[in-house]
Amino acid sequence: MQSYLLAKDRLDGFVSRLADRLTVYVPAKGADGLWSFVASGSAQPPLALTPEGGNTNMPPKSFVFPRTEVLMRFDNRAGEGGMILREEPVPAGRAVLLGVRPCDAKALAVLDGIFGRRASGDASGEVSGGAFGADPYWAARREATILCGLACNYPCPTCFCDQMGCGPHHREGLDALWTDLGESYLVTILTERGRELASDLAPAAQADLNRAESLKAEAASLLTGKFPMDKIAQRGVLELCELPLWAELAATCLNCGACTHVCPTCHCFDIQDEVKGERGRRLRNWDTCMSGLFTRHASGHNPRGDKLARVRQRFMHKFKYIPVKRGEAGCVGCGRCIKACPVNIDVREVVRAMNEQAPQTPEGAA
Amino acid sequence: MKIKEFSAYLPRPATLKVKKELSELVTLFEFENDSGRPLMHKPGQFIMLSVYGVGEAPFSVSSAPIRESNNFELAVRKIGAVTGIMHDLKVGDKVGIRGPYGSFFPIQKFVGQDTLFIAGGLGYIPLRSLLHYQLKHRDEFGRIILLVGTRNPKERIFIDQLAELASGKDVEVLETVDVPDETWKGHCGVITTLIPKVRIDPDKTNVAMVGPPIMYKFCLGECLKIGIPSNRIYVSLERKMKCGLGKCGHCQINHLNACIEGPVFQYNQIESVEEAI
Repeated sequence: MQSYLLAKDRLDGFVSRLADRLTVYVPAKGADGLWSFVASGSAQPPLALTPEGGNTNMPPKSFVFPRTEVLMRFDNRAGEGGMILREEPVPAGRAVLLGVRPCDAKALAVLDGIFGRRASGDASGEVSGGAFGADPYWAARREATILCGLACNYPCPTCFCDQMGCGPHHREGLDALWTDLGESYLVTILTERGRELASDLAPAAQADLNRAESLKAEAASLLTGKFPMDKIAQRGVLELCELPLWAELAATCLNCGACTHVCPTCHCFDIQDEVKGERGRRLRNWDTCMSGLFTRHASGHNPRGDKLARVRQRFMHKFKYIPVKRGEAGCVGCGRCIKACPVNIDVREVVRAMNEQAPQTPEGAA
Repeated sequence: MKIKEFSAYLPRPATLKVKKELSELVTLFEFENDSGRPLMHKPGQFIMLSVYGVGEAPFSVSSAPIRESNNFELAVRKIGAVTGIMHDLKVGDKVGIRGPYGSFFPIQKFVGQDTLFIAGGLGYIPLRSLLHYQLKHRDEFGRIILLVGTRNPKERIFIDQLAELASGKDVEVLETVDVPDETWKGHCGVITTLIPKVRIDPDKTNVAMVGPPIMYKFCLGECLKIGIPSNRIYVSLERKMKCGLGKCGHCQINHLNACIEGPVFQYNQIESVEEAI
């Protein structure tokens, strides 16, 4: 593992040289006051990789899994025998995301387990995770997107990444990790394709590495909101589903789906056809399990027909069902859902209750 | 990128060959794969069917797996967008097919043993695939007992085939309707009431049960009551599905995806799962 140093006053130049070869996206504040990743050319210099509030309002998930994506196109021209289906080619261009927070990078690694991913550099097409092999669109975008992380030196009050097998300086899913040393960035190379971004940088000194280590320890010490999760694994699904907390949550939850919209690990999608004349296309769009339509059959039957079951589904999925398959939570602790919830539902409190709350006692029992 | 990597979302064309009304709302469709290759499904599996410009929906395959034929059958109730437009299709029209997907009835485990089929309403459609397979290989299986329940006589499907089975020696058929009318001379009552009527050997009987959600609740209990262990009871659970590939999240039943681990489940797989039944 090699580390390099980049002085902050050379950042803009570094990015513009990189942009000659690849599309570079950096965090920037939009006219709406929200932070998102934008192409480096359209960001106002000097670049600031650190958004106010610690992270971009939306995770960079959409670079790999767009909100709307064409899966195929079709023609139905008269005289040609009906449906003619054409697959949509996967996008080709390579991109670098600069300034991705470690939680958001880990989230993509979590989603690799669902969409599947071709092992990097393995042309034989071997894939990890996901039935039927990798989702071709996910895998292609993942392969074409280099992730340069920016370690968090000052986690937010809503952050709990350390509780989710992640952390402010976590490296999983990243190709390089940058650490803000004050006057400069320490650039730590994590993968082969991360290396090509650092070709013109000077090596870092031992003192720089030491400084990064102490920043990492300081950041970890700022995350103080510990909550135990150990009992969730031991409790059965049916016991967890019967806890009183779900009724309490359902009383306030609006099923608005803001939490699923901002979540870096939510992956559910809908598939719809759009037609104009003899031509059409099939799209997939982000969907939300908070919607009653999400599970409703054409017959009207709905296996998840009430609000309680839907609000429960989101938390049970992240903290019980995904762990059964993956061995760790399907949440990375970014805290966006805490900020986004209009009725102040705090995932940390929910998880604490899932862990600790006593089962409902039957009516009349002591 | 190679084309095969796309095949997961890209339907293959198939042509409607036969369309036959089974009841007022249910129609049997026979399609032929344009590829010239058989579907290669196993009993209990489903396909995703696309109709131009309307969308895609999952359907259990109703015909037995036949390697020598490129054709397969679906029986579909006219109830939503895709099933509605399907009923307007004419012989020769094209549809798109993905799959087959999902788990299936483990035929090999049924060999040499008795099978109790419990078919509620449209549940007969996926079970028919397994039943026809067993009939084609009749010597390999023990008793075949078929319980069929329908809401009312007007909604009965495959009436001629059931009559033929009932008059033959291969299958013991018991049929009931929930609400009779003046045409109905047979047994009345919900399908659960048929279960105590059949004498079975619980140690060598497997149950294949498909029907509406309410039926499972009662019939599962009844099967356990007559001594069939939950790992010998197979059910097929219907869920809304979009991708069929375990990715879109719509068919999740706790940690299980109905499209991958299901639709056919061993009952002991889902006994301690919320929202399954």
